[in-house]
Parts: sequence; C-alpha cells; structure tokens
Amino acid sequence: MIKQERMQIIKQQQIAHHIFELTVKGTLANEMAEPGQFVHIRVADSFEPLLRRPISVASIDLEASQFTMIYRAEGRGTQLLAEKTAGDTLDVLGPLGHGFPVEEAVKRAYLIGGGIGVPPLYELAKQLNARGIETVHILGFESKQAVFYEDKFRELGDTHIATVDGSHGTQGFVTHILNELPTDFDTYYSCGPTAMLEAVQWAYPQKKGFLSYEQRMGCGIGACFACVCRTTKSETDYIKVCSDGPVFPAGVVIT
Amino acid sequence: MIDLTVKLPGLNLKNPIMPASGCFGFGKEYAQLYDLSQLGAIMIKATTVEMRLGNPTPRVAETASGMLNAIGLQNPGLEKVAGQELPWLEKYDVPIIANVAGTTTEDYVEVAKAISQAPNVHALEINISCPNVKQGGITFGTDPDVARELTRAVKEVSAVPVYVKLSPNVTNIVSIAKAVEEGGADGITMINTLLGMRMDTKTGRPIIANITGGLSGPAIKPVALRMVYEVSQHTKLPIIGMGGVTNVDDVIDFLSAGASAVAVGTANFVNPFVCPEIIKQLPEHLHELGFDSVEQLVGRSHRL
Repeated sequence: MIKQERMQIIKQQQIAHHIFELTVKGTLANEMAEPGQFVHIRVADSFEPLLRRPISVASIDLEASQFTMIYRAEGRGTQLLAEKTAGDTLDVLGPLGHGFPVEEAVKRAYLIGGGIGVPPLYELAKQLNARGIETVHILGFESKQAVFYEDKFRELGDTHIATVDGSHGTQGFVTHILNELPTDFDTYYSCGPTAMLEAVQWAYPQKKGFLSYEQRMGCGIGACFACVCRTTKSETDYIKVCSDGPVFPAGVVIT
Repeated sequence: MIDLTVKLPGLNLKNPIMPASGCFGFGKEYAQLYDLSQLGAIMIKATTVEMRLGNPTPRVAETASGMLNAIGLQNPGLEKVAGQELPWLEKYDVPIIANVAGTTTEDYVEVAKAISQAPNVHALEINISCPNVKQGGITFGTDPDVARELTRAVKEVSAVPVYVKLSPNVTNIVSIAKAVEEGGADGITMINTLLGMRMDTKTGRPIIANITGGLSGPAIKPVALRMVYEVSQHTKLPIIGMGGVTNVDDVIDFLSAGASAVAVGTANFVNPFVCPEIIKQLPEHLHELGFDSVEQLVGRSHRL
C-alpha cells in the first residue's frame, strides 16, 4: 500500500563523488516488497523546488523498518536532500511502481547497472541470493571516483566494474565486459541510462530480461501522464514509467 | 457548525474543494490513497472523441515554485471514458465535472452530448484553453466570438450545466468571460495554465519536447487571483477558481476574490493528500475569520 510518511533520517553519508547514501526509518519501509520500486521525496517544505524527487531504493531492512537510498546530488533538489542529516525527518511517498520480478530467475542471473542505476540492483542481488540464485554483477561508472558498493556487490557474487575513463576496472562501458563474459545465465536485470538499456537488450535478444527505465515524472503515481512511453504491445497504447514500471520486460518499451 | 456546502448550477457540493482537470487522471490513482467521496467534486481529465497519445516526452519541467507541462490532452477517448472510467467512479458519492476538449466544434459537441448523459456527470467543463495542443484548445479560447459560438453549440446538446474553462493567455479575459456568458454558459472555471518555457542551460535547448508548456503551481497564483477578481466583477456567472492553490489560505483568497468553489491542480503532485487536508482545515479557518459558511465568504474582497 502506498503511504505518505514523515520518516526519520537514521544516517546520511557521501560514499562517492556526488553520491550519497541515505537511510530512513518508518512504517513505510514495511510496505516495501519488490527490489526496483522507488519512493517520491519532498526535499523541502517550501515550494522551491516544487516537485518531489523520485529516488530508487538500494536496500531494505524490514526488521528494523528501514531502507537505504543512494542518489546523485547534482540538481538543486538532490543537493538540498544531501544537506539533511541524521535526526531530520523527510516527507516520503511510497513504495511506488513495480520492481524487478525475482521469481523469474532460475539459476544464474546477470545484473547490469550504470551509474545511478546501480543502487536498486543491490537489493535485487540480496533477494536473488536469498532465493539461491547465483548473481553476476556488471556495473558501469564514469570514473573511479564515482564507484560505490563494489565490495558489497562482491560479497554477493562475481562483480565486474567498467569506468568510462578507465581509472578503475575495464575501460569503457558495461557492454565491453558483457562481450567477454559467457552467456550461461537464464535471466538478466538492468537499470541505468536508456542507451545502456538498449545496448543490453541488443546484446541478449534470446534471453529473458527486465529493464528499469527513467523518465521525467510529475506525480509519481500515474495521474499526470508525464512519464509515458510507447509500447511494442500496441500502436495505440502507452505505458507509464511511474506506475506501470519502472521495470518492464525487455522488448516492451519503445524509447 | 460551519456550513461548507456550495450550490452551483448542476452541482450541490458538500464542500468547495475539487481536484482540477489534468491533475487527477480519472481518480483511480488517488483512490488508492483516500476516499474520493470526501471531495466536493472531481474534474476529470480532458476527454476527446478519439483517443489521444499526447505530446512527446519530456512533458514536464520544474520552474521556480511552478512547473511546465505539455501533456497534450492524452486520454483514452470518449468511448473508454464513458464506458470504463465514469462507471468506475460511480461507487463514490461525488459529482463529476467532465472536461471536454476537441479540435473542431463538432468534436466538442459530440463529446459533450455523449458524456453529459453519464449518470454521475453533473456538469461539463469546456476546455477552450489548453495551450499544449496544436489545433483546438486555446484557439477556441482567445477569440470572444469563437468562444461564444462554441459555448452556444455545446449548450444546445448538453444534458447538464456547462462551465467554460478560460485561458489566462489573452489580453482581455473579461471579454472572453462575457462572451461565454452570452453563449449561455452556466459558469466559468479559471484559470488554465500560462504559456511558458524553460531552457536547458547547458545545451540551450528547451527542456519540454513541445518547446513550450503550460505553467502551473504557486508561481501563477497572483495572476489567477487577479483574473478571478476582475472577471467576477463583470459577469453574473459563478466561478470555480484555480491556479496555484496549495493550502487552505489560498482557498480563502480565491473565495474572497469572487470564486464560489476552488480547484486544486499541481499541488496534488506535491502532496497527494492536499485536497482532503484542505477540506479538513477549512471549517476552523472560516470560524477564525468569523464566517459561518463558505457562501458568506464568496466575493468578500468586493464588499470591503
């Protein structure tokens, strides 16, 4: 069930260049079910900035009624969010959207993420591992400075890092790593820039895949029709990234 | 006991608060959050004869205390709205104001005739003011003669009272208001969004794919308030006021300026519970101001 709650900030810290990790506590955390869902945060009580910010969930702790988000502070809204500290409260609406279907993986899954698309894959990896699925992580970042959660992913499975400038891991994009890896997996999950999702989709046309998309949002719950995409299912139909997604099976979204 | 009820043509409102068209879909999303029967009315998303896929994305951009949108009247079309969306809303004890849009007079007439017969549609809102569609929309709302004749044509076929939604993107909004009154309108809703744009500072390109968009949110409230104040002095028609309403004080301002009821738009995106919160707070605020009813407050500014 979607809730709006003033959640308490438990911890906020910078974990990479412009990248922040934020943990909040409240009953809303217990509504979280699927990795890949997101929350909509009001970063200020004023109307500047006006709209909420969609932030993905990186880790859920149901026992402690907490969840952790990782976001990049680059615009005014996320910069204001980064100024909040432990003890502050935050207006959170969520959980929103449909996440990654963990039950679709059979034995071995590839988790492919780019930049700020990496965070939701961490909770996904945790849940897949808990189900006995072997996870392989292929993660792309701009540079060494921007890399986060490498060790945490390594604890859960084989982890490969690409950086655009080659300052860490393989130089280039995640697709450079994918070209070198075997294709002995049954399901892939991906989150990141649209161009990366397209490339991943092209790389594995025969595999079962699930992609998490981004689009500018207004309401976050499906009412405003801001984040629509065309779909391959019907020429006269459309999907809303916020409420029908953000995760869709590969081959559904026309970008 | 404070009386929140408002009587308008076709509408016996239990309170003066309603979500504005285009900011509430067809109610399903907000029904997940609270009981829609609390609302005074619901202004549903614009309906056109055929389904519309709307404009390319990005369709929204944030501005200082506001947002730009260019959705482009995306909707599933008359048949689906009448056959699926409206029947679904029947379980709620709330009057529906159906927003009617089109590209020709015939389009408006066809939608108005059919949708006004739905049992839970108590009034129509004729959208002659959408700034985000290339044909229709605002082109009907900027020329008084065209607005008058369209109103007349819709009135002839509508089974329920007709409200006309005015655009602020005109030199003289009073002349448009008078024209729709002459055309037989039962009421006015105002204002629609203000045409605006925003650039991506790095690239110089407009952020909205449609280049321009409609500005809404707190940034436009002073403009909306001024227009409601002006129009209410020059027409006998009741006004449902809107434009940047975010809280109970804004509602009081619009009622004081001459609106009989108030619609909440963009604020629903910021706080999805904003409508029920305002409804809950309204009696206490009226009491503090020394009023026993909403109707006593309407047009207060003109009596000072």
